[in-house]
Amino acid sequence: MPTFFERRQLVTPGDLIAEGQYLPGENTYKEDDKIYASRIGLVEYEDKKVNVVALRAFYIPRVGDTVIGTVIDVGFNGWTVDINSPYLASLKASDVLGRPFKPQKNDLSKFLDVGDLLIAKITSYDRAHNPQLTVSEPGLGKITRGQVMKITPTKIPRVIGRKGSMITMIKQETNCHIILGQNGVILITGKKLEDEELAMMAIYKIEEESHTVGLTDRITKMIRDEKAKRKEGNKSE
Amino acid sequence: MNEKIEKLINDKGLRLDGRKPEELRPIKIEVGVLSNADGSAYIQQGKNKILAAVYGPKELHPKHLALPDRTVLRCRYHMAPFSVQERKSPAPSRREIELSKVIREALEPSLFLEYYPRTAIDIFIEVLQADGGTRCASITAASLALADAGIPMRDLVAACAAGKVDDTIVVDLMDAEDKKGTADVPVALMPNFNAITLLQMDGDLTMKEFEKAFNMALEGCRKIYTLQKEALKAKYLNVKEVEE
Amino acid sequence: MSSIIVRVKQKQISQLVSKGKRLDGRGLTDYREIKIEQGVVEKAEGSARVLLGKTEVMAGVKLEIGQPFSDTPNEGVLTVNAELVPLASPTFEPGPPDENSIELARVVDRGIRESKAIELEKLCIEPGKKVFVVFVDIYVLNHDGNLIDASALAATAALLNTKMFNYEIEDGEVKIKPGFSPLPIRKHPVAITFAKINNTLIVDPWLEEEQTMDARLTITVDDEGKICAMQKGGSGYFTPKQVLEAAKIAKEKAEEIRKKLNW
Repeated sequence: MPTFFERRQLVTPGDLIAEGQYLPGENTYKEDDKIYASRIGLVEYEDKKVNVVALRAFYIPRVGDTVIGTVIDVGFNGWTVDINSPYLASLKASDVLGRPFKPQKNDLSKFLDVGDLLIAKITSYDRAHNPQLTVSEPGLGKITRGQVMKITPTKIPRVIGRKGSMITMIKQETNCHIILGQNGVILITGKKLEDEELAMMAIYKIEEESHTVGLTDRITKMIRDEKAKRKEGNKSE
Repeated sequence: MNEKIEKLINDKGLRLDGRKPEELRPIKIEVGVLSNADGSAYIQQGKNKILAAVYGPKELHPKHLALPDRTVLRCRYHMAPFSVQERKSPAPSRREIELSKVIREALEPSLFLEYYPRTAIDIFIEVLQADGGTRCASITAASLALADAGIPMRDLVAACAAGKVDDTIVVDLMDAEDKKGTADVPVALMPNFNAITLLQMDGDLTMKEFEKAFNMALEGCRKIYTLQKEALKAKYLNVKEVEE
Repeated sequence: MSSIIVRVKQKQISQLVSKGKRLDGRGLTDYREIKIEQGVVEKAEGSARVLLGKTEVMAGVKLEIGQPFSDTPNEGVLTVNAELVPLASPTFEPGPPDENSIELARVVDRGIRESKAIELEKLCIEPGKKVFVVFVDIYVLNHDGNLIDASALAATAALLNTKMFNYEIEDGEVKIKPGFSPLPIRKHPVAITFAKINNTLIVDPWLEEEQTMDARLTITVDDEGKICAMQKGGSGYFTPKQVLEAAKIAKEKAEEIRKKLNW
């Protein structure tokens, strides 16, 4: 039962990773008793399961995920939302109004219009049907301020860090409120624009260096150095 | 007519650009070159300069073209008007329509199209400069653009042609050899599965000559496959560097 | 070119092929019956109708005087076009040629052109200025699979049937004289198409086999047993071994068909 790559080694599609009694995990596939990579990424073994942590991927909806999306169309009985995925999501009018509505009377664009951003949860999705969203839970709904940024969705877990260590650190150091959409879209709201920029800078750096060791320490140092630099700059003015 | 007949293979058995029969042209590949595309790649093979971009998977419009059980793969191979000696009309020619089809069919076996029903993947190939063997170089680049877009794949597809010039079987024909040669065999291969996904031929070859050209093209595909993997990994080299 | 086939039938075809059998009783490398009728359209310079089983294709040849290509000033010009006529199949739509009809025409064209079937150098009237242009128009009338082989047969049969008008040049003008001579033909390329079903090669797939196949491979062979054109189609693949095996079978089959047709 040989394996041909070590943990954290870079593989490309078609690379033979393992042979024998292994199970295909994320971004791999099995043919006969061979496990191959189907995306570029880093190899991870989980007991008998072989995974590839993809460096490039797109977001496929999962029920229960929190996502951040943009309204792209207002229809008769709801909205169409771009959630940074191959599939467009829909949000029913009744979910937002919390009651039945009359298309003749209610102008839906008063509640959410094209271009509006929202935080929502996915309530249903399968191969035959596009995802449905809800905003009727605390913390969900229209976004009115802050900065929105996009990263590769597979890197969201790295931004969270082990037991939330990374995201907690960024929030503390930058004084920002941060919401991570599982779809790779992130909302950052701080008291000052500079704080928001600092948080964005840190997250982009995580995306770029997501699969390296000692990342939390390096990012902490980067934020602190940057803050110190800015203080210097303010003093000299 | 006093047409000057140039010798394509000299007395030492070398070709017009000094290559040996089994030698590929210099190849340079870069992945992730277009910021708007979901995936992209650029290839220079000899004087060929080709860009490939991938958009998707995405919702397919008009919706009635969508398939309930799989992704619709679409491909457009196109040559820029300035890519050849005499200006080429930008309207798609019959040749371009045929090549778009065979290139799509060469890439299709490498994809898990059943993963994302009701969606479309678009592949756009622009030949900026043509120097013989553009369909093969296009496949090599487009396969990398698909990988760069994060689309799940069985294997990369590498492509290379072989042919006959002056009664010699040679690999990776350049423009002059393509035009004056007597046969051309473009081949695309998924090397891990020994699967031939494109095979065309025009010219005049005995069974023996065909077998030789075919094997030479397959060998070329395998060499190009190595370059493809290097190019794909090169984009993520910084990942490794920091780790050390 | 595909329409929906009942899954049960697909399975049946696939299982049969793996046992070396086919639904219509043929062996894996047997062709359907070939019937050729020449001279079916009097207004055309040459014409033929080919029946390959139930697949029916007509080809017409028209000759015109036109300009040669600048890189071949001493040669006539060959143009092949194919029409998937809507009456031939519920899947054919009226409109400009789609990728399937363009591919069909170009594969037939390559077979004729690369085997040098027509003695194009004999079609030169005035070097660099006037040559005969040979238009081969392929008309698919009933689609029951393997359009490439049927169309290639129809094109060659129509070319063999083509009469050129006699002419003389007077004051730089071409004057038509009474009488005809046959179009000079030196080779008879035959296209052999394979389908890969259940990892097995079969020749001359009919429609339902085409709807079941993973991939298709056409190999065109000339009178000397040389390969002059190839084309893989479909979304599947072939192994190198299968390709070489197909090349061998194609050579035998082409010879067999040529013998049968007295070509």
